[in-house]
Amino acid sequence: MKYFHLIWAALFRRKTRTMLTLFSVMAAFLLFGLLDSVRVAFTGGGASVTGADRMNVTSRFSIIQGLPMSLASRIEAVPGVKVVTWSNWFGGYYQDKKNQMVNMAIGDNFFEVFPELILSPEQRKAFDETRTGAIVGEAMAKRYNWKVGDKIPIAGSIYTDKATGETSWTFDLVGIFRISDEKRRGGEQQLFFNWKYFDEANSFGAGEAGWYTFKLAEGAKPDEVAKKIDALSANSDHETKTQTEAAFAQSFVKQIGDIGLIVGAIMMAVFFTLLLLTGNTMAQAVRERTSELATLKTIGFSDRSVLGLVFGEAVLLILFGGLLGLGLAAVLMPGISKGSGGMLQLPPIGASTWMIGIAAMVLIGFLVGVLPALRAMRLKIVDALAGR
Amino acid sequence: MKSFLTGLGVFLIAAVGVAVWTVLPWQVLIALVIVLALWMYATRSGRQAASVTWVGVSTLGQRLGASSVIIIGIAGVVGVLVALLAMGEGLSTTLKATGDNDTAIVMRGGATSELSSGVSRDDYSLISQAPGVLKDAEGKPIASPELVVVANLPKKSTGTDANVEVRGVGAQAMALRPNQKIIAGRIFKPGLRELIVGKGAQAQFSGLDLDANLNLNNQQWTIVGVFASGDAHESELVGDIDTVSSAYRRGGYQSVTVRLTSPSALDEFKAALTSDPRMKVEAKTTLDYYTSQSASLTKTIRIVGITIAVIMAIGAIFGALNTMYAAVATRAREIATLRAIGFRGVPVVVSVLLETMLLALIGGALGAGLAWLLFNNYTVSTLGANFSQVVFKFNVSPELLWTGIKWALAIGFVGGLFPAMRAATVPVTTALRES
Repeated sequence: MKYFHLIWAALFRRKTRTMLTLFSVMAAFLLFGLLDSVRVAFTGGGASVTGADRMNVTSRFSIIQGLPMSLASRIEAVPGVKVVTWSNWFGGYYQDKKNQMVNMAIGDNFFEVFPELILSPEQRKAFDETRTGAIVGEAMAKRYNWKVGDKIPIAGSIYTDKATGETSWTFDLVGIFRISDEKRRGGEQQLFFNWKYFDEANSFGAGEAGWYTFKLAEGAKPDEVAKKIDALSANSDHETKTQTEAAFAQSFVKQIGDIGLIVGAIMMAVFFTLLLLTGNTMAQAVRERTSELATLKTIGFSDRSVLGLVFGEAVLLILFGGLLGLGLAAVLMPGISKGSGGMLQLPPIGASTWMIGIAAMVLIGFLVGVLPALRAMRLKIVDALAGR
Repeated sequence: MKSFLTGLGVFLIAAVGVAVWTVLPWQVLIALVIVLALWMYATRSGRQAASVTWVGVSTLGQRLGASSVIIIGIAGVVGVLVALLAMGEGLSTTLKATGDNDTAIVMRGGATSELSSGVSRDDYSLISQAPGVLKDAEGKPIASPELVVVANLPKKSTGTDANVEVRGVGAQAMALRPNQKIIAGRIFKPGLRELIVGKGAQAQFSGLDLDANLNLNNQQWTIVGVFASGDAHESELVGDIDTVSSAYRRGGYQSVTVRLTSPSALDEFKAALTSDPRMKVEAKTTLDYYTSQSASLTKTIRIVGITIAVIMAIGAIFGALNTMYAAVATRAREIATLRAIGFRGVPVVVSVLLETMLLALIGGALGAGLAWLLFNNYTVSTLGANFSQVVFKFNVSPELLWTGIKWALAIGFVGGLFPAMRAATVPVTTALRES
């Protein structure tokens, strides 16, 4: 550490070159920061604690098949199941086909199974008591400028309203919920309404739940509970598939595409280029300073400390640029989420991204520094000073 | 201060130049090259530029390591850009190829996909009798009632379940989609639980071989044929409409596809449907329908791809600047000598720019070539409008390769401009004294 000022001085010996290299490193790690949080957003890397104890029961045959209502009490009776709720996908859009929404009819106990949804007791009561009541997340309410008391027409759903024969349904907005966990803020882009109303009013047929979600009792083993539940309907026409909420979400993301693979491939290309670029800079820096390094050795610096100096310079350069780049990404992130009009809810740059980033910086620093550092270590004082 | 302002001015001009550059067609580039060649051949300063450039280019070998930074850096940018754009292009090509202007799809008013649509059996007979629908040799309208259901099947690549579209079609479906060709086995027989499977679906999902038995909704189906169509239908399993709807206990259909007597008959057909009070349906050409399906996803891929490429390009520009500053510095004395014996600034600037852009061109060609080699016709699938997998191929088109080369030249131009200006403006006496 006592040589820090020496490394610092060496770094700014050629200001233009150092700045240019620094900017390249910054660009690379800015990209890394943005892409890695996209990866986290899609793959739920470092899955948060909420939801780890929740499981989904869906039809084994198809996502569009419903499950009979009678299953609710039978699932609840399985040991290890604490509380069961159910939902139906409703879909549709608001005003314009471009405004596709996540709308769901939700059954009993929904708020017990999803405690992360924060709704004031009065609004909760209003939701229970209003047949056509609906609640939306804060982000969605902001996006469409809705307030409690508004009537919200939702068109283009799969379901037709029995009374009107139309696919356009109108709900009364009775509450706005929030989600405190920033990582799950994307969940605020949803509209929920009462399943009872849905069940009575849709012309397709009553008594069907889209899927069940239940909370596991403390200490229950997910795999065993899943097996028992799937056994309830084995060989019937509504066989089920029970999996943790995380696995269910994963299977969906996997269908969109292998985001992890795409991000990984891009980052490989970026880091490889960066390696070459900074490696070249460092080689230049050492070549230029041959006589200076030889002087250091003459006045008593050991081979090892010279090696350390050059390594230090390389790692410092990358760390410095990398941290600036990641910091910039962290600053830009909320802006991107906002700029997309709530379409994209990217989580802020998390601890895991910082850890991976810093590890990558140190690793690249070492790789970049190794050849120049070895060259500096092996310098023969006489040859170097003579310019041979 | 003055030099800073000059620098800023040059930067702004360069930025505008690059912006104009990105929209230029390739003919303009050819014209520019010809003008440049004429200038180099015919004028005195042009000949000077040519000889200075030659010196620079012929000594590139001695600066191999540094020069490769430009080449690899730009190859990276162009490779990633072309690959990402090729993904979007592939998806939209596949979906656009699925529709045409001669056929129309009728869905419930307001529905955005077949899955969210519903058309009753009565509606179907009204729709097929509407004016504007082409009739076959026997006088039957060419129309097919259709129903799409989604089934869970394990994907080959991940082993986990993904959604596959099972489409029930009417007897006239083959007349509606003449590009759908059976390449193995035979077509399904109405009334039997038989399916034909698209080539794309067969490649993505396991258990879809010819003659294989398939469990759908707890019922056994047999795969009797494989078809190719080169469009989105290739991602589907296709069976007889009545068999599929009875297996899934559906009373009605979701959509009706008809062949129009001519593309201009659409208006008449549409008017007849909307004026009929017995149904609430909407008709559009299949081209419209499938194009709108790809629009938002293609746009997203484009924005993401260009954002990533811009950030990478900024990094690459700094790399190129670094390299070219170093190159100019090592040749400072030589360039100063040339200026001392009467060479003007313009030939020096042009020569450094040309050298950088040559390296950029090599890098761009390398990146675009790699993207083409690795990704052209690379098959992937994503979640489509009906909640199920759409299989498509990356399409590295010549236009995309040209876009990549344009980006490379722009990066090379910006990366070379400032070092070139430095080389041409450093006072001769200072440069000669520099070691």
